[in-house]
Amino acid sequence: MNLEQLRQLQPYLWSLPRASGEQRAEVLLYGTAPLLASMDDKVLEQIANVAALPGLVGAAMTMPDAHWGYGFPIGGVAAFDAEQGGVISAGGVGFDISCGIRCLRSNLDLADAAAHFTRLADTLFHAIPAGVGEEGELKLNPAQLDQVLLDGAHWAVQHGYGNAADLEYVEEQGRVAGAVPAYVSELAKKRQRGEMGTLGSGNHYLEVQVVERIYDSTAALAFGLHPGQIVISIHCGSRGLGHQIGTDYLLMLAKAASRLGIRLPNRELACAPIKSVEGQQYLGAMNAAINCALANRQILTQLTRNACTQVYPQAELETLFDVSHNTCKVETHAIDGKPRLLHVHRKGATRAFGPGHAMLPQRYRAVGQPVVIGGSMGSGSYILAGNSGNPAYSSASHGAGRAMSRHQALTHWRGRELIDELAQQGILIRTRSMRGAAEEAPGAYKDVDLVAEATEQAGLARRVAYLRPKVCVKG
Amino acid sequence: MPTSSSPYFQHDADIGIIGRGTTLEQAFEAAAQAVFAIVTDLALVQPSSTLTLEFEETDPELALVTWLNLLLGKAREQGMVFSRFHVQHHGSQWRADAVGEKWRDGLERGVEVKGATLTMLSVKQTGAMWEARCIVDV
Repeated sequence: MNLEQLRQLQPYLWSLPRASGEQRAEVLLYGTAPLLASMDDKVLEQIANVAALPGLVGAAMTMPDAHWGYGFPIGGVAAFDAEQGGVISAGGVGFDISCGIRCLRSNLDLADAAAHFTRLADTLFHAIPAGVGEEGELKLNPAQLDQVLLDGAHWAVQHGYGNAADLEYVEEQGRVAGAVPAYVSELAKKRQRGEMGTLGSGNHYLEVQVVERIYDSTAALAFGLHPGQIVISIHCGSRGLGHQIGTDYLLMLAKAASRLGIRLPNRELACAPIKSVEGQQYLGAMNAAINCALANRQILTQLTRNACTQVYPQAELETLFDVSHNTCKVETHAIDGKPRLLHVHRKGATRAFGPGHAMLPQRYRAVGQPVVIGGSMGSGSYILAGNSGNPAYSSASHGAGRAMSRHQALTHWRGRELIDELAQQGILIRTRSMRGAAEEAPGAYKDVDLVAEATEQAGLARRVAYLRPKVCVKG
Repeated sequence: MPTSSSPYFQHDADIGIIGRGTTLEQAFEAAAQAVFAIVTDLALVQPSSTLTLEFEETDPELALVTWLNLLLGKAREQGMVFSRFHVQHHGSQWRADAVGEKWRDGLERGVEVKGATLTMLSVKQTGAMWEARCIVDV
């Protein structure tokens, strides 16, 4: 990205000045000059297009890990007011609706666990269905699936996957309101038949990590983290059901926008007014997909527990937090000092409520919401805490962000060699896809340290702990 | 790096696919092959099962997205992978056969394609050649 077209407002905040006659809201970009310079110009084009959508409140924003997506850029945040003609966009949520990270803290320390990592890697790889074409053992009939779409992680707990304590540490306590299974197509439901409790592929993973550094000891104490502790992160989403809902509504909303006279700068922004029939249908289906994702990660949580206790009989895994980063959520935010109900799109961005927020579990209320910035399989991840006064509708980065396309990655790395190289560094990879491993090479991602630092310096969230990967099951 | 004749083009997080042919139908078939070549090694897929798909769409660009997404949806629903395609269309009516097999050990596990998007979407004829392209989410 050419920085000459931007105006630097603060050390970690930039804006895109409007051209003469350009009809759009403000565009704000969070990050350092090197991070922004590494982004494709398409990021700027996409977020400027978002800023031209009807009913946008405030600015359209990108997080420090932004990269070129479809519809919205990945790392894009935008809030709309339904009462002001605001829209909802399928491209502003993504195909993998409610993709997110479930983070589990354990009672295991590296010193006890390390000797059995090879067995743990093999056991997890056997227990967790991962990769293209893999199905789970759980097969749901249509009525059961509809119940999952209404009850989210609660359904999973009621059916023996996990416990009630998990639910307290899942966003919305494991179940969003407003899900309407009737707005989910039959094909979407059929696609999910064999995919409950599966990880998927691409950048999805289950990673065993060790807490290597603590930045904020007060928040770490609240989160139950200490150096040397083993933590497990599960990154996945709403699987085939969410993908099909994204597919169904992308075209439906594109046609609705045209029919309703919404002038889109680009068709990829497919959207409809929140209050329109199409907008309400998408909201109902999207909320169903969020519940599907929450149930999926809850099931995977229990499969992970079962696998861990095979290797470490004393293992206890508690849910630290479960946070989604592809959503549109109805939230109240103060605008010009007054509370307003907004539909906040976060496409590859994490909700990051600050201390005191009423939606946080009591245990975290004094320190803020846990935020996970997932890194690549070689570079580690960060746990952060939400800040008071977050200027981006309480949003923060969600990952390292790609620095290199998948095709470029394939020209640089071969899966087998990469896996051997990581093993030399003490990181065990298990995958059925050598191509997938090469595409996900750590070198294909931006420096997660820089993203986490920029996220903190921009005031979006503050670093609490750094996690180093030890075992990674890749999809 | 993809070349000018490659069925792929660059995108940061996902993959750009291109189908080319001397007819619109052939371009759609080639686009489908480009998508499924991300999922597995097409040379290893046995043509043991045929699925017939039909849809209606007047806009050729939206037809490309509809075609690819219908294929991806049906493949996941049936637990199949496809390697050969035959597309016909008359006006807004589209009919296609997809040939492949159920997933089995021995098939290469590539990367799951979640869906075809409207981004960089284009279907056009240049000289004697048709070209159909879009970004697919992986």
